[in-house]
Amino acid sequence: MSLALFIEQLLNGVQFGLMLFLMAAGLTLVFGVMGLINLAHGSLYMIGAFICAGVAAATGNFWIGLAAGVAAAAAAGAIIEMTVIRRLYDRDHLDQVLATFALILILSEGTSMLFGPFPLYLSRPDSLAGTVHLGFGFNYSLYRLALIGFGIAVAVGMWLLITRTQLGVRIRAGESDREMIAALGVNIKALYTVVFALGAALAGLAGALVGSIQSVQVGMGEPVLILAFVVIVIGGIGSIKGALVGALLVGVIDTMGRFLLPRLFDLLFDAGRATDIGAAIASMLIYMLMALVLILRPKGLFPAHG
Amino acid sequence: MDESRKEFWLNAVLLVGLFATPVIAMMIDEPFYVTLATRVAIFALAAVGLNLALGLGGMVSFGHALYFGLGGYVAGIMAHHAFSGMPMVFGLSGSDQMLAIWPVAMLLSGLVALVVGVLSLRTSGIFFIMITLAFAQMAYYFAIGWPTYGGEDGLPILVRNQFPGLNTLQTWHMFLLAYGALVIALAVFAMLRNARFGAALMAIRQNPERVAAVGISPFGIKLAAFVISGMITGLAGAMMADLNRFVSPSMLSWHVSGELIVICILGGVGRLFGPLAGAAIFVGFEVIFGGLTQHWQFWLGLVLLAVVLFARGGVIGIIAGRERHG
Repeated sequence: MSLALFIEQLLNGVQFGLMLFLMAAGLTLVFGVMGLINLAHGSLYMIGAFICAGVAAATGNFWIGLAAGVAAAAAAGAIIEMTVIRRLYDRDHLDQVLATFALILILSEGTSMLFGPFPLYLSRPDSLAGTVHLGFGFNYSLYRLALIGFGIAVAVGMWLLITRTQLGVRIRAGESDREMIAALGVNIKALYTVVFALGAALAGLAGALVGSIQSVQVGMGEPVLILAFVVIVIGGIGSIKGALVGALLVGVIDTMGRFLLPRLFDLLFDAGRATDIGAAIASMLIYMLMALVLILRPKGLFPAHG
Repeated sequence: MDESRKEFWLNAVLLVGLFATPVIAMMIDEPFYVTLATRVAIFALAAVGLNLALGLGGMVSFGHALYFGLGGYVAGIMAHHAFSGMPMVFGLSGSDQMLAIWPVAMLLSGLVALVVGVLSLRTSGIFFIMITLAFAQMAYYFAIGWPTYGGEDGLPILVRNQFPGLNTLQTWHMFLLAYGALVIALAVFAMLRNARFGAALMAIRQNPERVAAVGISPFGIKLAAFVISGMITGLAGAMMADLNRFVSPSMLSWHVSGELIVICILGGVGRLFGPLAGAAIFVGFEVIFGGLTQHWQFWLGLVLLAVVLFARGGVIGIIAGRERHG
């Protein structure tokens, strides 16, 4: 195992973690402000990817596609919030899980009706093709490096939004006391729609960006959704900082586990299938991490409300 | 007619209807509907298990696929070893007898539910939902990665396991087994609900502090309910594997966990016969709309959304009215 390969896997882990952060940030905001469990968040990721792929194919320009994907996800988020989600804020978690599970069925099947059952292909933009030299004879994919840049930019942007803007003040106020800010004259309905659309836009951005590394297909949002939930549970639900730390932990541990564990098992045991078993355990690692965190700190690493 | 009488008659119609479906199907020579009724009975059985935790105990387990799949793998693995003659762990041999498989499936599911329950019941709300999901996902990915029993491809059961006095290769006999198990599980559910255990469990759902104040430990009661719940769902999994003569990681997927919750809710959560009504609707929907369009889940989603938003008592609730307490 060469050092270059190790560093490449580590960067892949960071890149994966930052994309998970884009998903988890919206999920944790929606839970923190509105108290809602949104299983359909993965569908917004899928919508972002599909619209990006469709528009990029039609216009021949990835960036127009990306903008369209983000806008479409935000619009879909706003529409879903105003028609369905709004009715769920006062309901218990069971109703929220069920209604948003129903939304997954509707949005997945709806997408497959519109776009057909076959995966779409979204190629990365020409300007980001190829690799970049990082010193010590080590090359890394320029596109993945750009994803890391996107992730960091969004993280910084979120921090500025939450701490420095009027909207951020309202979001923080909404997290600590919903009734009070409504009583103070903030249009809480509009605030909820904006927060939901913001989360949806981030999910759509993640879907469009990741769509060009993987294939764009119905159901692509579900594995990511579950990982994003793992992230926010580890980080502490409602905390953006927790989402960032949790996402990086999950991204790096998952990627490095899949990379290192099969090799480790191969060294330790000489049974013929040690590598396979190592791989099987590696895919369980992050769920073990989540169970461990919940057992030791039942409210996650960075509990949002005391 | 008062509402509890309506519910009684509705339950009777469901129970008789489920039995009559395969009988009529055989008379008009449509064996497909016998299999269908068996599927309904097995899904209902799995959902009766979940209903104990979800409906009576208010524990929103989003990981009951774990027990369903575990039961399925017990049936698959024991049959696999019985067929190959190779011993399983600790030199135990496999078996193709349902009477040997079912207790093992229930025991293992119960043990796993005990571990999951002890760890998960420390949390509540969304954390409980997510940690139960996490345990099921662990098993799902382990089953995909573990190559000995087929990994991602799953494990076929070459010859359906045996039950003394019945020919399980005939679907009608398989139906009788599933129906019998369902009736017993419903009786157990009714018994538990009417016992002091059930009263304590329902009281804990409404107000755990008060229950603790009168000297009952909420944790012990909830854990017991969770374990029994896992055992019943595990038994259903073993039967489903035998019906399909196939077990695969998809039995452990989070979609199954979601579908079991959907079945409970469609029928009416916490109702004795809610799972049966829900399973009948779910399987019926799959057959009727699945025959018309490959996008039947789109319509299922719309119906489910409507039920959650506008008809919270489920189908039994619509017909028999809301429960006055609970």
